Amino acid sequence: MSEWVEACSEGDVETEDVIRFDHGGRTFAIYRSPDDEFFATDGFCTHEKMHLADGLVMDDIIECPKHNGRFNYKTGEAKGAPVCINLKTYPVKVEAGKVMIQLD
Amino acid sequence: MTATVGKKKRDYSLVGESTRKAIETGLASAEWYHTDVSRKEMKQLMQRSDGPAMRDTIIWFAAIIGSAAGGIYFWGSWWCVPFFFVYGVLYGSSSDSRWHEGGHGTAFRTRWMNDVIYQIASFMLMRNPTTWRWSHARHHTDTIIVGRDAEIAVMRPPDLIRLVLNFVGIIDVWYSLIALGRNALGIVSPDEKSYIPETEQHKVVTAGRIHIAIYIATLAAAFYLRSWLPLMLIGLPRMYGCWHMVMTGLLQHIGLADNVTDHRLNTRTVYMNPVSRFIYWNMNYHVEHHMFPMVPYHALPKLHEMIKHDLPVANPSIWHAYREVWPVILRQLRNEDDFLKRELPPTAKPYREEFHAVNMANAAE
Ligand code: FES
Repeated sequence: MSEWVEACSEGDVETEDVIRFDHGGRTFAIYRSPDDEFFATDGFCTHEKMHLADGLVMDDIIECPKHNGRFNYKTGEAKGAPVCINLKTYPVKVEAGKVMIQLD
Repeated sequence: MTATVGKKKRDYSLVGESTRKAIETGLASAEWYHTDVSRKEMKQLMQRSDGPAMRDTIIWFAAIIGSAAGGIYFWGSWWCVPFFFVYGVLYGSSSDSRWHEGGHGTAFRTRWMNDVIYQIASFMLMRNPTTWRWSHARHHTDTIIVGRDAEIAVMRPPDLIRLVLNFVGIIDVWYSLIALGRNALGIVSPDEKSYIPETEQHKVVTAGRIHIAIYIATLAAAFYLRSWLPLMLIGLPRMYGCWHMVMTGLLQHIGLADNVTDHRLNTRTVYMNPVSRFIYWNMNYHVEHHMFPMVPYHALPKLHEMIKHDLPVANPSIWHAYREVWPVILRQLRNEDDFLKRELPPTAKPYREEFHAVNMANAAE
């Protein structure tokens, strides 16, 4: 069953940046794009267990801090070696300044 | 010191006993030490731009084309020697750092530019671009973990003859060509399969075929022209020009600890002259690079200044580093467990000392 969960406040994430959000024993990454839209994906890279929140956001790309694997954080698409498995994405909405993500 | 003359304890294959042990003890895919750097500062350091690498690449290509033109023009006279000396170092040595930075995707902000330089440099180095992309990822996950790291340049006990011959690429080139030929025939080795996902293995074969086809064409041109010149331009510079790559690259980890999870103990930062730093694209800041692979080469000196309080003191020169290494190498011939223990400054945080303790009895101070 899916539920909407408050991940953070809008101001917690800088423009073109990412933060980590842990919930229910899982970890997620919350992104704020250069045009101030919010997105959410699984928190760990699909190559190895590495927190993407320590990585670099460039346009619509998140680059993993371990081996520089790149994903499109809007779609979850893995952009090539060493990441070959897409990243799971989650619906996001902003309500009253709070960033909510829909978990399954 | 416990002498173990002639007895090898380490199994460097990636599917053997050391691999099993590394996985069992938690050395494989472990969490590594990182010096604290604020997110704000790290974000600034990680920023990409095309500018510095474009400038350096224009200089690089201009120097390659210029020295090649000089070599061709003066071919047949001794005047070609200085031109081929420069060309060889650019082709056979500086390609290593371009391969490295392009592979990480940190040289340029624009992805395709990183990919182009990566492919060109891989060819110059006789490295299969797919194999080496994956082996390098493994090198970063399991740096100098025996049985896991596919890029350990000097295995213990050290093979001195191999070490010396590699300054002219003899053994490396031989094995590289065999690997490329094997890949071209559609064969991917068990070691390669251990770190290259199945979905990527076909690319290994394609790249092997392209590289081998170019070498065959170069050989054919040499026979047709009855001249060594085509080989002086393609292929041979990997031998006569690789000395600088070997000289700087060996220092990255040689003589230091293996099977630890702290880059401060198994990796070396060495201050180098500006020419070597251009050729090597600042990879002399190697501890910094391993700790934070997201930081582009041009920001490494700044990162070094920020975190050096937490790192062992850097070697002041290439010469100093080799003077430090040489006695250790000689001792490792008698006792492969010997290594140089890096001293952390008093202000530094220690990390996972249980791994380090295992080998400490053999460490040289
Ligand atoms: S862990 Fe993310 S690219 Fe390897």
